[in-house]
This record gives sequence, C-alpha cells and structure tokens, in this order.
Amino acid sequence: MLFCTNGRKDDLILEGRVGDECVKVTVDQGVITRIEPAVATGKLLAPAFVDPHVHLRTPGREDEETIASGTAAAAAGGYCAILAMPNTEPVVDSAAVLGALTETARAEARVPVGFLAAISKGQAGAELTEMGELADRGAAGFSDDGRPVTSAGLMRRALQYGAITGRTLAVHCEEPTLSRDGHMHEGDVSAELGFGGYPSVAESLMVERDLALAAYEGRPIHLLHLSARESVEALEAAQGSGVEATAEVTPHHLCLTDEAVRTLDPNVKMNPPLRAASDRDALLAGLRSGSISSIASDHAPHALHEKDVPFEAAPFGVTGLETSFAALYTHLVEPGLLPLATLLQRLSEGPARAYGLEPPRIAVGAPANLVLLDTEATWRVGEGGFRSRSANSWLLGQTLRGRVLMTVADGKLAYAA
Amino acid sequence: MNVRVMRDDLRPPGPPARRHLISIRDLSREDVERLLTVAEQFEASLEREMKKLPTLRGRTVVNLFYESSTRTSASFELAAKRLSADTMSIKSAGSSVDKGESLKDTALTLAAYDPDVIVIRHPHIGAPQLVAACTEARIVNAGDGKHQHPTQALLDLYTMKHAVGRLEGLHVAIVGDVLHSRVARSLIQALALVGARTTLVGPPPLLPRGIEAMGCETSTEIDAIVDADVVYVLRMQRERMQEGANYVPSLREYTARWGVTRARVRPGQKVMHPGPMNRGVEIDPEVADAADALIVEQVRSGLVVRMAVLYDLLTTGPAPVPAEAAMEVA
Repeated sequence: MLFCTNGRKDDLILEGRVGDECVKVTVDQGVITRIEPAVATGKLLAPAFVDPHVHLRTPGREDEETIASGTAAAAAGGYCAILAMPNTEPVVDSAAVLGALTETARAEARVPVGFLAAISKGQAGAELTEMGELADRGAAGFSDDGRPVTSAGLMRRALQYGAITGRTLAVHCEEPTLSRDGHMHEGDVSAELGFGGYPSVAESLMVERDLALAAYEGRPIHLLHLSARESVEALEAAQGSGVEATAEVTPHHLCLTDEAVRTLDPNVKMNPPLRAASDRDALLAGLRSGSISSIASDHAPHALHEKDVPFEAAPFGVTGLETSFAALYTHLVEPGLLPLATLLQRLSEGPARAYGLEPPRIAVGAPANLVLLDTEATWRVGEGGFRSRSANSWLLGQTLRGRVLMTVADGKLAYAA
Repeated sequence: MNVRVMRDDLRPPGPPARRHLISIRDLSREDVERLLTVAEQFEASLEREMKKLPTLRGRTVVNLFYESSTRTSASFELAAKRLSADTMSIKSAGSSVDKGESLKDTALTLAAYDPDVIVIRHPHIGAPQLVAACTEARIVNAGDGKHQHPTQALLDLYTMKHAVGRLEGLHVAIVGDVLHSRVARSLIQALALVGARTTLVGPPPLLPRGIEAMGCETSTEIDAIVDADVVYVLRMQRERMQEGANYVPSLREYTARWGVTRARVRPGQKVMHPGPMNRGVEIDPEVADAADALIVEQVRSGLVVRMAVLYDLLTTGPAPVPAEAAMEVA
C-alpha cells in the first residue's frame, strides 16, 4: 500500500513526445481522460518513475531526511511513488512504528510512499517480525536492507511464513565475514590504496544462497542493489530454471567503477561498493536484457558533518532521488549504451511490478502518473541546492543532460520546474 | 546589477600552484631525483658545526599526529628546525581531539594560524586530502592508514642509493605484512618510478589481491629473497590484526616460515626495516645488528629527506635546485 496526503486531484494538460508520437494528455480530477495528437514538441512525456529503494531516515534521523523532504526530492526526480526501507531508529518492525509512519505520510508526503517492514525484529537477524499484522497495516514489502539476513534458517522461515502476506521479500546480499572491514571493492584499486576489501564474492555467495532457498521453497524473491558480475550470472541462471527472482541496480553502479574511489571522495563510498569495469558491464547487460528489471536509487542521505571526514571514516551511502534520470540519460543513453525506452521502462514499470504495484501508464482511464522531461536541457548538480535535506550526491558539481520539468503523482501536480 | 568583466589575460598572475606530498603517485621520476639531490646537499650541510640553515625562516610547519610515532615526528620536527622554520607539534592525546573534535574542525583551527605546511599522520585513509581541501597549507602525508607514507619511501630510496650506489635495476624484496603496510605501498610505487625491480614475499593472506598491478612480483616462498640486492623487512603490525582474522595462524609459525634470519640472507645483501622492529618476529636480532643492516642509516636519511621535502614544497616547484639553496649549502 502507498500513502500520501489527501486533497483534490488536479486538472492538467501535458504535451510531449511519447515514443515517436507527440500527444496532448488531458487529466481531469487526477485521471487521464483524453489523449490526442499534438504538434511537435521537444519535450518527452513518460509514465512517472517508481523508486523501489529509498532511505527516508525517519524516524530517528530527521536531520538527514524527512518524509516531506524525501518525497519532495522524489517529485523533483520524476518519481510518482517510492518505497522506503525500514532500517530507521527505531526499526520499522512493529505495527506501531509502521502506523506512525503512515500517519505522517498522510500528512506530509508529496508523492505516495510505501513502507517496507523489517524481516527480523530490530533487524537483528534472530526472530521474525509479525509479518501478518505488518502486511495488514500496509507494509509494502519486507526487508532487512542495510544488513544481510545472515542466518540461512531465518531466511528460509521468512520465505515460508512471508507467503501469507503476498508481499515482496527483498534481500540485501552480503556475507559479513567476507565484507568485514571492507571500505571498497577488493581489487587492483583497493590493493593500491590500502583499503580493506569488500570482495564481489561477499555479495554473490549470499545471492546464490538466497536464490537456492527461494528455489527450494518455490517463493519469489527480490535482490536489492546488485553490484557484482557473479551475482548477475547467478540471478540469470536461477531465472532460467524458473525461480521468480527480480533484481534492481543503482545508477551509481551503472555509471561508475572502483576507479572513482581514487579521488578518496566520501561521496563515492557506498554499500555495496563500486566494482570493476567487468561488473559494471554485466550490470548494464542485465539491465538491457531485463534480467535486472528495476533501477533503484538507494537514496541514502547523510548529514554533511558525517561525510566530511576521511573516506575511511565515512559512512556508506549516497543520495540519488533527484539525479537518477539525468545521470543515466547522460552516462548511458547519450553514449548509446542503453536505449531510452529501456531506461524509462526500468525506472517505472520494472520496479512497480517487482513490488506488485500497478505500473504507471499513459492510457485513458488510468490515474495520472506522468513525468515531463527535457532531454536537451543541461544543469549542474547541486546548483540551487537539493530538495533532500542532505547533499551527499556522487554527482555533485557535474553537469548533466536531462531535466525533469513536471511530475504528476497519483493525479496531483507534485513538481513543476 | 553590477557586473564586471575582466579578460583572462588581464588578470594578475596568481600565486604558484600549491603542492602537496600525499602519495608517491603525485610524483614524477624527475621529482624524486630532484628531492634526492637536494637531500644530498642538505646532508653536506649537516657536517658543519653550525647545522641550522636560514632557508625557511619565518615559515610555520605544523606536525599533526593522530597516531603514535617516534622517528617520523621527531625527524619532521628536527628537519623544520634545521631549516629555521617555526614548528608546532600537536598530538591527538592531550589535545581537543580527545574531546571529540573532528579532523576538519581541528584543521580549520590550525589553519587560523596560517601554517605553510601541515604534516599529518592519521589512522584513516583520506585524512590528508581532507586537510588539503579545507586549509591553504601544503600538506605532507606522514602516514594515512594503510594507504601511503611517501617520505618513508623517499628516505628508503635515498638509503638504498647511497648503500648500493644505484637505483635503476636494483632488485628489492619486501618481506612480510604487505596488506597492512603503507610503507610497502609507497615503496613499491617509488621503486617502480626509478626503474628498480620489486618482489613481495609473505603469507598469501597478507599479499593483497591485485597488488601486482602496481608493478611488482609476488611470492609466498621466503627463498624468493635470495636474488635481491636489498631485503626490506616489514613489521608484523600486530595492532592492525583483528582478533580472529586469521591472517596467519600464529606469530610463531610466521617467524618459522618468513622470519628474516641469518641463514636466509646472503653476505653482502643489504637489510632494511622501517621500524619499529619486533626483534625475533619478522627479523632476527643478529640480522638487524649486522654490518649489512641499513636500519640506522634509514633514520639518518629521514632527516635530510624530510628537509628536502619541506624545502621543495615551499619553494616554487619542479625546477632545478635553485641557486639560493646551492649558496646556502655551499
């Protein structure tokens, strides 16, 4: 379930290019009522984006992000819906915490938000949360994101018991005894810089375990923020043998490699880490083929003073809600690495389907979830500030091509440039 | 609106670019050769009765040490004093760092005194870059985590050059815990820069995956040191070995397999160690005290090489040794 502020839906007219045609879309009280041919325009109109992986830091770290600021950032990034991860303080592991969040979202969310609940109490990896009650109260899915479910036994129980909820189980794959003390991908660059390595196998080993458990239990599973070639290979093998596995990848893993860490900029430190060029190529190939169906920002805001420290002391995570489209348009579509239509699909329909949400579409009778884009405009990231409360963007200062001009979310105008 | 436009060619020339010594990667072969030549000139000056040179009079050098150090902090301080600079030494213990002040705030506080150089040692990789970004000072990295310790590599080159007579084609075996060693990382790069050959020798878990890309060979057999002109022994960094990490089963087994003992070095083979030594662990006391050991020479080189580094950063950069220096050391 998604939650946002109530209020009157809007009447709007948007004109833009959809595929090869230029259309005029009329929205009456939040619903698309008419689609007509229009005169040529340079603007692009698309189903608005869905971000399956956002950290809203609320409750606990409202200095870094709130539901209001995070959803405003999402609207500015072209998103009509986002899913928030439960690794907050306290963890979203009870109906009480979830209920408080959904109430806040009803009061201040600019775009609809879904809240995932934790798989284990306190994300401690020992006891299952009350998944049934949490689902009844509107949990959008279950995840211990930020931490792996280290116990295979508990993971199996989550797959078994989670079946009663009908919700997606999303897993952060990391074998902690292999990633321990790792600050970046283990390889040539970490050897030279002296960082403790977080090897690819720390991810792919857990991916293989979770896929094996999902196969054995005959249950679907969603793999969060894949980073390693071996993980993509394991995913594709499982999909080939009939496992209902979906996966997501972040813009930073698609655009950067571990070479970026040579700058020692704390804004390229994230978990999972940036990996080698061969990993990036595999992620891109998976995204193109569709084995990886979703792009997720893994928007992870951090207070400035926490990132303004030596790389080795900095926390993992970067922001992304406001830059996903432009980053991928600039770094993948323009150089010809990814077709625009594929990018738009992986930003919208792919993630919606992974969580059983109705995909945004441009069709008469559909609720208006639209984004209007200018693919000619350039802008400098950080210029004019962010809607997010945090500024730990890996793109800070970069000039990107592609701007969000307007976002309509659930029939309401959520953002206009 | 008041908009003033100035053509670029009408702007007054800016000050020369501020330079730092954060990583050996920042240096060219010419830079290294220049620094070693300047160090030689300073070495000659140390033989005089009046050891102090007026070169950096009025300059301020801050030594900011977040980790314990004997030889590095002492030699930077003495190097600055020998060049007549004013020095301040700040250690994390007993300063506001103890009260939880962040590195950035400490750097900004020190920057208020307009230091010309900040020499920093810090347990975290990336600390020198942070201080470089938030102050106007030239930064000398005196060790950041497991990343770099460039002045150690320079003093090691200086020591090797003087003991063996050449650097080009020299074969150096670096033995021990490469994984946790910033000394090794800087030295591998420095040796590659001057055309020496490097072989790393140690237990497999302590030879980082991918290290060969830095331009060296690796071996897990101690016999691989036999061909080397110089055996460079690394300290077993017990404080960096987390409990249960199992890099080696025991120091006893390490010493038995990779300890540098008299039986394992050839007569005439030079032996070096960055200190502090764990005698009886990575190096046998007999080897450490033998005539072929250059360990005391390394310490002596540290002073003149650090003088050269401070001098170089505070004069206008990659040019031949300026006449001023030649005059003073003459």
